[in-house]
Formats: sequence, structure tokens, C-alpha cells
Amino acid sequence: MSETAETTAIVKEPKEPLFSSNNKRLLSDPLNDDNPITIQVLGICSALAITVQVKQAVVMSLSVLVVMIGANLIVSLLRNLIPSRVRIIVQLVIVAALVILVDQVLKAYMYDVSKQLSVFVGLIITNCIIMGRLEAFALANKPWPSFLDAVGNAAGYGWILIAVAVVRELFGSGKLYGFQVIPDAFYDFGYFNNGLMILPPMALITVGIIIWVQRSRNTKLIEEN
Amino acid sequence: MSNAIHKFLENTIKPNFDEGGKLVKYLPAYDALETFLFVPGHTTNGKGSHIRDGIDMKRTMIMVVLAMVPALLFGMWNTGYQHFLATGEAYTFMDAFFYGALKVLPLVVVSYGAGLGVEFVFAIINKHQVAEGFLVSGMLIPLCLPVEIPLWMVAAATIFAVIIGKEVFGGTGMNILNVALTARAFLFFAYPTWMSGDKVWIGGGMDETVAYADGSTGATILAQATEKSSGFVDAAGVAYGDSFMSAFLGFIPGSIGETSTLAIMIGAAILLITGIASWKIMFSGILGAYVMGLLFNLWGANPFMEVPAHMHLVIGGFAFGMVFMATDPVSAAQTATGKYIYGFLIGFLGIMIRVFNPAYPEGIMLAILFMNVMAPLIDHYVVEANIKRRQKRTMAIAA
Repeated sequence: MSETAETTAIVKEPKEPLFSSNNKRLLSDPLNDDNPITIQVLGICSALAITVQVKQAVVMSLSVLVVMIGANLIVSLLRNLIPSRVRIIVQLVIVAALVILVDQVLKAYMYDVSKQLSVFVGLIITNCIIMGRLEAFALANKPWPSFLDAVGNAAGYGWILIAVAVVRELFGSGKLYGFQVIPDAFYDFGYFNNGLMILPPMALITVGIIIWVQRSRNTKLIEEN
Repeated sequence: MSNAIHKFLENTIKPNFDEGGKLVKYLPAYDALETFLFVPGHTTNGKGSHIRDGIDMKRTMIMVVLAMVPALLFGMWNTGYQHFLATGEAYTFMDAFFYGALKVLPLVVVSYGAGLGVEFVFAIINKHQVAEGFLVSGMLIPLCLPVEIPLWMVAAATIFAVIIGKEVFGGTGMNILNVALTARAFLFFAYPTWMSGDKVWIGGGMDETVAYADGSTGATILAQATEKSSGFVDAAGVAYGDSFMSAFLGFIPGSIGETSTLAIMIGAAILLITGIASWKIMFSGILGAYVMGLLFNLWGANPFMEVPAHMHLVIGGFAFGMVFMATDPVSAAQTATGKYIYGFLIGFLGIMIRVFNPAYPEGIMLAILFMNVMAPLIDHYVVEANIKRRQKRTMAIAA
């Protein structure tokens, strides 16, 4: 079925501009209206686990970005060759290969961060966002929109991760990206780092607060009941 | 006099807040303050089957606050007493009381200020009346904290608890967790150095310039029990058997309001006589703790397990939590059978956590929060069981 759609598209429609409004939406929707974490509630596990420090969150977001772009592109290119009965396993193999690549690069060039992220880089394979985008988008779209979709979703995932990490690192250890931000004078005055921020429940609560703010600003997200 | 004030409020001030008045936006704030002083006007006027009398939520809450006053007053005195005991200075009864009052009152003021501030803001944003729930939470929060806790931490914890514990769920009456315990749990995990140890419980304890008499230890009985596996002794090195009375009366270090089981029992009596708190929860909670204590006695693998079961009822926050927090009508189980199960499990789990996990000597807090979450589940199964039972009965009659 996708093949017929493909052929008609090639024959009749004029070439779509690279950044048509549709394509722009692929980039911008996941940032807010269709955010993978706050709206679809996917990828929560890693959002809770690696948001203690901004550095980890940034590296994790970049890793997911790389894996997602690669996987979306490859799956999109192969979409007409993959038999639909074995598509999940094919997707898994592609994602796993990319994740191992990323993992090796991290180990080679950012050894200590890679140690801190430990198992969570490997767990990108099971990140629902990636599988979700492959299934829902890359399998049915051309490479360029798939690429944009990957960038958009990885960015949507990344900004939530980094926002949560900023809150947690700032209040939990008084630092941002490893540098002390809260001046020593505060500590002399009786300020203390909030130990709860280091614990995973606070990540959940922070994500919850982001969802709360997002929904009260963006009223079309509110479900009717 | 009070009539004149009421008239002045009704005729001069109130119109500003009514429909069309210039301050109509702030009606919730006004209403909260007015009904604080006067019984609200909307009572039943002789007709109708649903009687709406003057005992509204605000008066219920005030009753609970009154029930906490013995614990508060004793806590003030005990704060001073522990301070002078630790420094070894001479003191009179009033010295101790005023020293403690100066330490405790700022905590109360900050707790109420922060909490009511949040409540007022949300009431005005959401255009509903300021709910009275915080009157009780605002008093509970300082009473369940160590006296040396910095004021800004109290404010932060109170704001966190009111917003995350209550407002996100829809405000008073909708909260899943007890608000005061949410605040305490926040502090417990966020600032552990200020919530445990042997200094925070004593007035002036964190101030390093205060000299201590030799041999005094400010650790709570629970902290000592978990630390010293060799024996269970109180501050003076007396074995626990002798300290039952002092723990019951409350001459021990601890959170402000929880040391004196006697003062808490006076509060419990007020709550039970007025019918505000559920005796089912209190009774089954004490039973649960006692049963768990006896089970540990039978087991007896370490000295803490050999602590007599009745001792568990008077040390730590057990009595305070059971009387004032477990019975919170919003977060507790609602069904009659459910209340027995809910209370029993709080006592049972509370003592279990206390003995098994040395990191969390105050197991009651965690037990109550845990059972708060479980309460709707308990109610669900109680209601289901009731439906099944009645169905069976009708089937039997029909057949």
C-alpha cells in the first residue's frame, strides 16, 4: 500500500520544499504539543535515572539524538524492503548496532561520563521513544521527513531531560554542568543542598511540575472528562 | 462588642468584596478571615432535611488545633528543659518554658505563614474559598519537627507539601497524603543532617558555642536504640525499664510535640469525645503496634527486638502520628472495616520499619504515608466485599 502512495507521490505532486510547514511541524510538535516525555509519557525510565547532573543529561540526549537519527534514516530507507512480519526484530538490530557504536565512542572519548551513565546507554535500545518513532513514522515516510522527525523527538526528549537535570543539579548539589553556581556565601549563611533532589522521586515530581505548567499554558492538551 | 465588629464587617467591609465591589477578586481571602472570627451565615433555617449547623470545617479544624495545644505547651517546656539539662545551667519552670516558647513559636509562625500564603494564592487563582485544611497542618508541621530546624527549611517544606501534597490534587479534601507528613518526609530526605542525630532535638544544640555538660547525649531514644546494639538505654544511661515513665511523660529529646504521650492522650481524649477523630483507627493502630512489638519480643534476634512491646507505644512519634496524623479524615480509609485494617497496618508496619531499618528510626511517618496511599485500595475491597455479601444474601432469599 505504501508503494502505491509512493508512486503517486513521485508522479503527480510537485517536489515539497525542504522546510514546508508540514516538515516544520515534524520538528516543532515534539517540543511541546506532542512531547515524547510529557505528553506520550515515554522514556520516563531514563528521564528519572540520569537527570541528577546536567552533564549526564546532555550526553544522554546527544546519544539518543544520534541513535534516533541513524535508526530513523536507516529504517526509512529500508522501509520497502523490510517484511512487516519481522520488522520489530529488524528495527531492534538497527537500534542495537547504533547504540553499541555510541557506547563505544563514549567509552573512547568520555570515559568517566560513560561510567556514570553505565547501563543507561545500553538501555537506549529499549527506549520506547525510538521504537515508537520507528514504528509510527520511519516505516511509512521518506528519509528527509524521518530525519526531521528524529531530530524533533530527540530534541523534545532532550529539553525535558536537561530542564529536569538543571533543577535537580542546581538544588541538589548547587552546581550546573559540574560548576558550582550557588555561591559559598549562601552556604555560610545557612543554605543547604536539598538531598531529596538527588533521589529519583524528585525527578518524577519535577517532570510532573513541567507537565502541570505545560498543560495550564497549552489548554488544548487538557482532556475532557 | 463582637456584634459591633460583625456589623462593621458586614455593612462596611463586605460590600467591597461582593459582586461589583472593587475587591471582588479577593473575596476568598476575605471570606476566610471573616469566618475565622464568626460563624458563617449559611446555616439551616428551620426547613430542609439536611441540617447545616455552625460546626463547619473551620470549627472542626479548630477543635483539632485545640487538641494539639497540650502537646504544644509541653513541647515548649520540654525544649527548654532539654536545653538546660544539656548545658547543666540552673533554671526555673518558667525559664524552661519561655526558652522553649521562643524557640517553638517562630516555627509555628513560619509554618502558618508559608502554608496559608500558598493557600490564599491558590484560592484567588482558582476562585474558590480558602479551605480550612491548613489550620491543622500548620500546627502539625512544627510539632513533628526537631526544634533546631532552620526556619527557611520549614517554609520550603511547607510550601512543597501544600503544593505537591495538596493543591495538585485539587486542594483540601482531595489530598492523597497527609500534608504535615509530606512536609516532614520532604525534610527528612532533603536535609537529613537537620532531621536526625544527637543535636537537633535540643534547644541550642546546633549552636556550637553552647557548652554541654559531660555525658549528656541528645539523641532520641530511637536513635540510641538503633545505634547501640549492645543495649537499650536512655540519655542518662538508665536501662529502658526505668525510662518508660519518662518517655510516657515526655522528659526525653524528640520532635517538639511528640515526646509526651500523656499530653497527646489529653488531645486524643478531646478528639474522641467530640467525635472528630476515629477511635477505630487509633485503637487498631495501637493494637497493631503492640502485636508487632510482641512478635519481635518472641523473635528477639537483637536488643532492639527485645524492647518490651508497651515501650514502643510511648517512644518516638508513634502516639503523635497515631492520634493526629493517621486519623486525618481525608487521607485515611473511609469505610468502618477499612479503618480497622488501615490503623492496624500503620501500627504494625510502623514498628516493623522502626526495628528493621536502622536508617529510618522514625518508621511511623513512613508507615502512615504508605497506608495513606493504600487507603483507597482498602476501601475498594471493603466495598466490594460488602456488595458480594449482600448479593449472596439476596440470592439466598430469592432461591
